[in-house]
Amino acid sequence: MSAELFLFWLMGAVTVASAVMVISAKNPVHSVLFLILCFFNAAGLFVLIGAEFLAMVLVVVYVGAVAVLFMFVVMMLDINFVRLREGFIEYLPVGALVGLVLLAELVLVAGTWAMREPTTPAAPALAEAVDNTRALGRLLYTEHFLVFQIAGLVLLVAIVGAIALTLRERVGVKRQDVARQVHRRPSETLVLERVEPGKGV
Amino acid sequence: MDGYLLEYLPILVFLGIAVGLALVIVLASFLVAPQRPDAEKLSAYECGFEPFGDARQRFDVRFYLVAILFIIFDLEVAFLFPWAVALGDIGLFGFWSMVVFLAVLTVGFIYEWQKGALEWE
Repeated sequence: MSAELFLFWLMGAVTVASAVMVISAKNPVHSVLFLILCFFNAAGLFVLIGAEFLAMVLVVVYVGAVAVLFMFVVMMLDINFVRLREGFIEYLPVGALVGLVLLAELVLVAGTWAMREPTTPAAPALAEAVDNTRALGRLLYTEHFLVFQIAGLVLLVAIVGAIALTLRERVGVKRQDVARQVHRRPSETLVLERVEPGKGV
Repeated sequence: MDGYLLEYLPILVFLGIAVGLALVIVLASFLVAPQRPDAEKLSAYECGFEPFGDARQRFDVRFYLVAILFIIFDLEVAFLFPWAVALGDIGLFGFWSMVVFLAVLTVGFIYEWQKGALEWE
């Protein structure tokens, strides 16, 4: 067994095992930590099939940012998870039905993929050796210009939406206003009084 | 293994050492140190007090806003990498394509700055 195959089986097994732990762990914080482990192993699998850029983006964006966001969500939703599991048996038939439908869909997709026409090659061979970050860069910004700009607009909407949903003015707090602080004059705030002895101000 | 995967060998070695070291530290303290637990030793130590309340408290929603804004600009940076690598191949059109993308996100940045979403108070 080559080292590559061994690594594939190792990382694949850890990915599946940690994915199972994500949905079965009692503590939701542990679920998020297993999700991070799952992301790391998926990144390793991406490296094995040669998708370097995807692997690095998976680590930077998903592990670095999305997992942190999930952690905040878990911490913010103050849910009693023991009470949430109470109706487990009642909802089991519905859940099993949804699971079966999903499984059937997956089997259909895998079946059509396995029985596809063998005439088309899986991936067109590259004419020259080019790393996939460069290959992505060549296509994304010119040929797929419109999709790229739409991605920018989606991010803009996300900024505006997050601010509109969560930002609220807090009253009664002293905020820093640099311009006002710099423009303060001693004459506005400082008064010198000559106090007669024994009289007070 | 071909040359491409050999470039990642140092990362694999690093991961192996990290996992091995973690296992050695935990197992050594488990095996070498004498284990005589009792109820007081196993209880959480909180400055001499009995621990009151759960460690999991609810976060302020502002942390969430900061995390979302971080993700958005993280993605913006992720788009910059292939652009920087392929800048020699994609010409002036590719360059201005990225400038338009950055301009759109700069609008969002100015919006959040003006709304005060970056201030903590």
